[in-house]
Amino acid sequence: MRNITLVTGREYTSRVQKKSFIVMTLLGPLLLAAFYGAIIWLAVSDTQNDEKHEILVLDESGVFSEGITPHGNLHFSVNPDDTSAESYYGTLMIPANFSIDQPLGARYISSESLNIVEQSSMENQLEKSIKEQKLVRSGLQKETLDSLNTDVKISAAKISGDEIKENNTMINAAVGFAGAFFIYLFIFLYGVQVMKGVSEEKSNRIVEVIISSVKPFDLMLGKILGIALVGLTQVLIWIGLSTALMAIITPLITSSGMNPEEATQMLQQGQIAAPTGQMNFIAALFQLDFGTLIFGFLFYFISGYLLYSAMFAAIASAVDSETDTQQFMFPITIPLIFSIVVAQSVVLKDPNGDLATWLSMIPFTAPIIMMVRLPFGVETWQLVLSMLFMIFGFIGVTWLASRIYRVGILMYGKKPSYKELFKWMTYKG
Amino acid sequence: MLSVQSVSKNYAKKVALDQVSLEAESGKIIGLLGPNGAGKTSLIRIITMITAPDGGEVYFQGEKMRQELISAIGYLPEERGLYRKMTIIDQALYFGRLKGLSKSECLEGINYWFDKLDMMDWKKKKLEELSKGMQQKVQFVLTILHKPRLIILDEPFTGFDPLNAEIIKNEILGLKKQGACILLSTHRMESVEELCDDITLIDNGKVIIQGEVDEVRNRFKKSEFEFIYEGHLNKSLKGVLERKDTALKGGRTRSIMRVAEDQSTQALIQNIMQEVHLMEFRELLPSIKDIFIELVGTRI
Repeated sequence: MRNITLVTGREYTSRVQKKSFIVMTLLGPLLLAAFYGAIIWLAVSDTQNDEKHEILVLDESGVFSEGITPHGNLHFSVNPDDTSAESYYGTLMIPANFSIDQPLGARYISSESLNIVEQSSMENQLEKSIKEQKLVRSGLQKETLDSLNTDVKISAAKISGDEIKENNTMINAAVGFAGAFFIYLFIFLYGVQVMKGVSEEKSNRIVEVIISSVKPFDLMLGKILGIALVGLTQVLIWIGLSTALMAIITPLITSSGMNPEEATQMLQQGQIAAPTGQMNFIAALFQLDFGTLIFGFLFYFISGYLLYSAMFAAIASAVDSETDTQQFMFPITIPLIFSIVVAQSVVLKDPNGDLATWLSMIPFTAPIIMMVRLPFGVETWQLVLSMLFMIFGFIGVTWLASRIYRVGILMYGKKPSYKELFKWMTYKG
Repeated sequence: MLSVQSVSKNYAKKVALDQVSLEAESGKIIGLLGPNGAGKTSLIRIITMITAPDGGEVYFQGEKMRQELISAIGYLPEERGLYRKMTIIDQALYFGRLKGLSKSECLEGINYWFDKLDMMDWKKKKLEELSKGMQQKVQFVLTILHKPRLIILDEPFTGFDPLNAEIIKNEILGLKKQGACILLSTHRMESVEELCDDITLIDNGKVIIQGEVDEVRNRFKKSEFEFIYEGHLNKSLKGVLERKDTALKGGRTRSIMRVAEDQSTQALIQNIMQEVHLMEFRELLPSIKDIFIELVGTRI
């Protein structure tokens, strides 16, 4: 145990003191915050852009003499008394020969080019007005027509126990997939570090010196745990710094000054009937069970890393140099790549389906699949079972990997075949 | 102190060690010789418990070898290996502590050896900043830092210039004097004769010769004598099978003679003294190198 601690300590300190670690650890949250900021800014800039755009409509045909219904920030002034163009956003010219049966020749003129959303909503409003006129012409009363217009908005909610929670499928999918993707990335990132470390010790023959004082299993486990701690340190710093940075950035961007908690509260109390824009996004985001999500993320990140890095260590021990690892890397990474592909398609579409449930139980795919499922809500027994399988999976795989490692680490000169790797697992002593 | 008893090891179809036995006492240096692939490294790995033998036992300090006893062994492998990016002091602390030393014991040992071998300035340097010879020196110190009772040195002089090789040689002799048992595996035959008390020669996994250095040399002697004299010596001498003369400065001559087994040395000397002025005479014993080459051919 003392030796495992010593090896773990060396792996940890030698890595966290590296400049690259410090730079990445500090830069990571900044990039993440910038990314988050950009998304919010985009969401907000769209909805906050509610400056009224008054459009002057010069209607020579008289089709729109009763006015055009405003839409969003677009308002229409049909043949007003003051037609000085300066105060208007743009001018819509309807020619005299424009009719509801032949609506041709409408032209929009402005100093700024019209964006596609505005053009589309302007067309929609004109079409709507013409449609109404046609319906009136066919005998429908104006009142009847008004009563036909209905506005329906669905706000999704999820029942868990006695509690009803607001739910946003898009947010769930985004958070789940982002978490899964980070796990995927981290397993590769830190798994490769384990592989490089083992390769370094083998090719520099350090292992010859160490192995006479430390058991191969202790050496392998110490390395894996040391790098796990490095990863955990980095992720925890990232989570801490990112949370702090986002707390600073969010109010800066959302000039309405409403903080996410307020938005959430208002939503729950029914003060906001149908949340829109950034409020919807932020409120739904804060409805997520962050405790479970962060715990789940850390658990699957660590256990997934431990499982895969044991295999990476075994591979690196079996071959003489890092370049020879490629051949064995591929079959090991297949379950990971498979998971991330399936996560994007099947699991996001049906997070509680059979395939998703089964894959979240298998230790090789669980870290990614379960992470995707978590924001949608997973039954406790499934989560517990998956975590237990994950722990047993890690222990089993590490044991098998250490059987390969203890033989491979001292074997030089020949690249082993799969058959030989299998044989090594059964060697005695 | 170390007793290897009938140890065997097979790798797939190859016999690495076949019933190898070896005894080593404290205060002695045992030369472990053999051509490449003879089984020396396999034997060392079994002694250090890196691999398990298929048969036979290893006893250390009177007990059957077990993991806890390994910390009393210092092993310098032929293929040296340290962390390139790590500072020397950190490596010394790491390896020392893996061998069971406390941090303060480590530092004490580091200061003693680094001072003795003039390495104090290297402490804060990374391994990759040192020359190969310097790295070898560091590795040597790390091997003996924890005051091991048994020191296994596999080619300890590789990479050293003659001056540093001499320093290391003296340190090895010093450790012997302090009572350590040293197993020296090397191809440098001159150092075997200079340093070793006993030798064990392995070939194809089997022990070919074993014993004290002088006793082994005597065992392989071939009745060869060296004479240095002034004057002219008759070509044919009774009982001399082969003779090779070399002219030396001052009109002296050196003659190497191989004589018949039954030839009396006394009579031969008398014969020679009748003809020339004999200045020096000695029996030539084969060097360990000669014996090695004779036994294992030219495979080294």
